[in-house]
Amino acid sequence: MSETVSPKKTKQEHERSTSLRQELLIPSLAVISGLIIGAIIIAVSGASVVDAYGALFKGSFGSLSEFIAGIKSFTATGDQTELLKAIYPFTESLVAATPYILAGLSVAIGFRCGLFNIGAEGQLLIGSLCAVFVGYSVKSLPAFIHLPLSLLAGAAGGAVWGMVPGYLKARFGAHEVVNTIMMNWIAFRLSDWLLSGPMKSPGFRPVTQNVLATAELPRFFAAPLRFNWGFVIALIVAYGVYWFLFKTTLGFEIRSVGANPDAAKYAGMNIIRNFVFVMALAGGLAGLAGATQVLGVDHWVGQGFSAGYGFDAIALALLGKSHPFGVVLAALLFGFLRSGATDMQSMAGIPIDIISIIQGLIIVFIAAPDIIRWIYRIRTAKKDEMVLTRGWG
Amino acid sequence: MKKFYVVMAILVIASMALAACGAPATEAPAATEAPAMTEAPATEAPATEAPAMVYKVGEVTDLGGVDDKSFNAGAYAGIEKAVADLGVEGKYLESTQQADYAKNIQQFLDEDTNLIITVGFLLGVDTAVAAKANPDTNFAIVDYSYPDCFGTDFVEGQTCGSASELPNVLGLTFQTDQAGFLAGYAAAASTTTGKVATFGGINIPPVTIFMKGFEAGVKYYNEQKGTAVEVLGWDTAAGDGQFTGNFDSLDDGRSFAESLVQEGADIIMPVAGPVGLGSAAYCQETKSCKIIGVDVDWTVSASEYTDVILTSVLKNVNVAVYDATKALVDGTFAGGVYVGTLANGGVGLADVAGASDELKGELEAASAALSDGSLTVDGVLGQ
Repeated sequence: MSETVSPKKTKQEHERSTSLRQELLIPSLAVISGLIIGAIIIAVSGASVVDAYGALFKGSFGSLSEFIAGIKSFTATGDQTELLKAIYPFTESLVAATPYILAGLSVAIGFRCGLFNIGAEGQLLIGSLCAVFVGYSVKSLPAFIHLPLSLLAGAAGGAVWGMVPGYLKARFGAHEVVNTIMMNWIAFRLSDWLLSGPMKSPGFRPVTQNVLATAELPRFFAAPLRFNWGFVIALIVAYGVYWFLFKTTLGFEIRSVGANPDAAKYAGMNIIRNFVFVMALAGGLAGLAGATQVLGVDHWVGQGFSAGYGFDAIALALLGKSHPFGVVLAALLFGFLRSGATDMQSMAGIPIDIISIIQGLIIVFIAAPDIIRWIYRIRTAKKDEMVLTRGWG
Repeated sequence: MKKFYVVMAILVIASMALAACGAPATEAPAATEAPAMTEAPATEAPATEAPAMVYKVGEVTDLGGVDDKSFNAGAYAGIEKAVADLGVEGKYLESTQQADYAKNIQQFLDEDTNLIITVGFLLGVDTAVAAKANPDTNFAIVDYSYPDCFGTDFVEGQTCGSASELPNVLGLTFQTDQAGFLAGYAAAASTTTGKVATFGGINIPPVTIFMKGFEAGVKYYNEQKGTAVEVLGWDTAAGDGQFTGNFDSLDDGRSFAESLVQEGADIIMPVAGPVGLGSAAYCQETKSCKIIGVDVDWTVSASEYTDVILTSVLKNVNVAVYDATKALVDGTFAGGVYVGTLANGGVGLADVAGASDELKGELEAASAALSDGSLTVDGVLGQ
């Protein structure tokens, strides 16, 4: 952390690098602080922190020695079993991160336009239901049509679910926070009804049928590894969102509306159209999260399909500073935490709830960066804090 | 920046110190376990017998979590008893979402668990897939049994999941209609308004089987005593009744109880997990009704409502899980279907509050008749 600036750097470059460091500093310290306090809680509850975090680490990344042994066995005998077993934890973490990336982008793009999308959970659920419906009901299509069609159905379903609050805000001034929450409840109960009625599979269980093989996102490895193309799609979409927000005129408009709607309006930008468009886009991203999850991992939808990806997504957008690449990093962190928690629960007997506590702590530190600045005595050098949401109205 | 490092260092050291304080409690047994087991036979007794194998049992819960006061908790109670009595190693993994089922099962497979107990029909597909791929591991699934054609992922055709396809899976099912029958009989004997009621979470067999037995018990009481006690909320002939559509809304439990009381019922059996606690709260506040608990004894699991609980229909998942574990240890574990009945203690009725000796005697007689088959739920309902 050298404070000196090499003379070759222009003033602008220097500013950019300090600002990037500032951007990364608070989130990293928040994560570290969250883990430290999590460790204290584990210790106070009478368990071993070393065991717990050891298992958490092994569960999310795998063990290097097993990986090396796996490579040796593969090169010597051509037997993949050991190697696949060694990379299983790492791939599971990426699987867990996939819906986080897409749902996080959904909330982030809303924030960029000054909209608080709390409805990602409902949009995700509707997306998964639309995707699974096209996945099992549309028959005898080749995979190269069926799979994109199912993904698109998921995104479209989510987009409709997001567009409604966007339209209500633009047309009637109804606050999107209230309406996205309402849309969540409609989605939850609608899914209860669909799963026990129209979309129920034969038999008694309130679940949908499995999607056809032609609608499944291909997996990279043999079972039980579930790592699939959904992760790649999520990364591509993240880049797409970055490009859209920062390299296109429309993206600039959206950011302008988010930064200062009055100025944007004065500059001749159509605020109403932007609200509807952004909420539809946000809904579409959340819907895509549900679609990749069901087409890549589960293949069917039952009650409890999502454990709050849409709500965690709010945290991800905050942690990632509403920047697509930041969201990807935050989603990877959450994915690794969630995935490693299984090992931690099993090997060290720590309830998975501790992960929720750590995540919660991280969010508190992000939401109130002054705490972090105070703990670590960081000088306030922020000039322009991004406006996440404006108040009511 | 210097201060920053100081604070960091202090925090790290503090957490490590605390970690060290906390460590012995759990680390000690884990660290000493292994040597103790291998050393004992070598030094003390001549090595005539190989040290007994420690069986590992793992439970994968459904979304309710291990403290759901219902079948997840029941299954773990069975494992805890097995840990105490049989010396097996027992663990659980909680699922918080659908994608966790397969992951948690895989975790236990990686740990070479001998018996994996999955709880609930939602784990039906993942259990079958894992059992098919790992024929040397034993599985038991609560509230589900094969054959049942479930997905397209696994097997096609009509033999899917039959005992011959999955010889390593034991389905743990419960004849809760027998226990529900006794509850219905007790309710009919205890009502003062002449109307008793039930409602469910979702219209699926594991739920409606309680309600069907309940209706039969009331009908049997009417036949015996020449009374005309009515059942609200379920009609076996129509195959339909009142359902909240979920297993989590306490508000629904409250409003369903309220409307059933307005229709004249004074005893209610909610078959919807924690939803019933909302009904119990309503009964306690208004003192207008009594509740029949389901799955476990509610005077124990929800003791704050003991004054409004008439009795509970017991689905002894703990007994079934313990028996399955014992079979594993004895080497007699076999796939197929376990059916918990009044006869084998898999289901039962808790004590009826304020029951007369006469009612107790009649319930015992009915229980014996149901056990030996001279009385059946379907027979009473005329099916």
